[in-house]
Amino acid sequence: MEPNIATSIGQIQLERPVMLASGILGISLDVFNRLYRSGAGAVVTKSLSTEPWEGYPNPTIFSVNGGGWMNAVGLSNPGAPNFAKMIESNQDVPIIVSLVGSIPADFELMIKQFENCKVTAYELNLSCPHVAKVGLEVGDDPELVKEIVSTAKNSTKVPVIAKVGLGTTHYLKTVGTAIDSGIDAITAINTVRAMAIDVETQRPILSNKFGGLSGTPIKPIALRCVYEISSKYDIPIIGCGGISSWEDAVEFFLAGASAIQLGSAVGDNWINIFDDINKGILQYMKKKNYSTVQEMVGLAKKS
Amino acid sequence: MQRNLNHTKIVTIEKVIDETPTVRTLVFSDDIMANVLPGQFAMVWIPGINELPMSIMISQESGKAAFTVRKHGPASTGLFNIEAGQQIGIRGPYGNSFDLKEGKLLLVGGGTGLVPMMRLLTFVKPTDDVTVLIGAKSKDEVFFEDLSNTLLENNPHKILVSTDDGSYGEKGFVTDLVEKLVSENQYDGVYVCGPEIMMYKTVQSAHSRNIFVQASLERMMKCGVGICGSCCVGEDLVCKDGTIFDGEHLSTNKEFGNSHRNKAGILENY
Repeated sequence: MEPNIATSIGQIQLERPVMLASGILGISLDVFNRLYRSGAGAVVTKSLSTEPWEGYPNPTIFSVNGGGWMNAVGLSNPGAPNFAKMIESNQDVPIIVSLVGSIPADFELMIKQFENCKVTAYELNLSCPHVAKVGLEVGDDPELVKEIVSTAKNSTKVPVIAKVGLGTTHYLKTVGTAIDSGIDAITAINTVRAMAIDVETQRPILSNKFGGLSGTPIKPIALRCVYEISSKYDIPIIGCGGISSWEDAVEFFLAGASAIQLGSAVGDNWINIFDDINKGILQYMKKKNYSTVQEMVGLAKKS
Repeated sequence: MQRNLNHTKIVTIEKVIDETPTVRTLVFSDDIMANVLPGQFAMVWIPGINELPMSIMISQESGKAAFTVRKHGPASTGLFNIEAGQQIGIRGPYGNSFDLKEGKLLLVGGGTGLVPMMRLLTFVKPTDDVTVLIGAKSKDEVFFEDLSNTLLENNPHKILVSTDDGSYGEKGFVTDLVEKLVSENQYDGVYVCGPEIMMYKTVQSAHSRNIFVQASLERMMKCGVGICGSCCVGEDLVCKDGTIFDGEHLSTNKEFGNSHRNKAGILENY
């Protein structure tokens, strides 16, 4: 049988397993269409809040010598209502709407605002490492995770994904809490809280001082997390963190991910990267004689 | 080790040139920035203040480059106030470059939009017949007129100035002059950088006559490297797909000339 790179993450069916990660490029429907035409299986929007956020002043990004990026964009976004209006006309693109908030009611309110939009899934941002009172600060509070996941699940029939990261509460515990509260899938991981100081001017470079590290340096960490989650729980996983080649993507499948997301690598290699990775995965499947992506998910755990 | 061009490099400003009461040129040494292609930009860090995308200005001295900045908001004013001896951070160069045609050329620059035009002038062939059109609000705000003449001393050329208030050169908007010039001359290439409406009208004037035209777009830019998405115009990202776009492509872009996104990413009309 000819291999097919279509994949499923629980109830979520995608034609291709490579998605755009949240926070990257995601503010215009025209760009989403372009990414989809260029091979993205789905696009995850910027994390949307109940109100528009301007984010932090520049510098919001910094290139780490030795590889990777550090960013503190500050979750700038046009706000859920504006965004919902923009994607109302969407027909073709599988859009996963990323949401960020402090209390369960934020998520309930925003999900309602997308009622008239074609949404493939919601991804709850429980892991942004550089904005106060949301993201990781929410993800680190098991009680809040429980309430937010339950509320989101009760607000929609569309699948709900939780995106976890490395905070002060162990992510395996957060994943467990999310599963107990009814989550449909997990995205792991977010950027890792980090900083950079310029030695000439002797000050932190990012305006927010702290940011999130992304790109190749965090790939082995993200891979470890996916492996650990899939070893401990029976839950569909989306791998995210430093993936920049088809080999990286396959590694994540073998560790237990059913799909992957690209972030920094899109900026480094530009939009053709989706198609390049899809093709690489397909070649690998031919070589190894797999007809579906699911056949290789978690294979590295056999030994 | 090869320099990581994305990594912020600290340089010291060596000289500050007052161009007008609101525009200054800051000169620094850097081999890579000295030799960039016309239209490319750098992300410029003003420590403790902000980071801005800036078109990379030429310097008359080898191994040097510059930024020409108009004080406007807090970030550009922060850069404007940098003195000789102070340090800034630079990363890049980023973006594509102008596709320079040969023959009869028209370069249109409004304010600091003249910066990429000055670098473009260093690439013209001696046989090219070049017209530079400088748009400014008033006489006080005209700059790079002498520099344009110097750069084109070996070319057949014309430097035309228009001021909104008529205090120098022709009175009126630069786009009216563009319309007149393109209707009377068969240009091989038209290049424009400046306020969006000026670029929009210039692109319309040239493209409607099948004249090759390129514009260098500006949008709210945060990362400069195709990650944050702040600078999108329709399906295009100014930092990675541009900043330079062909008139042909721009004529299909719904947002060009009409709207731009603010810091939160909300579309606002011009």
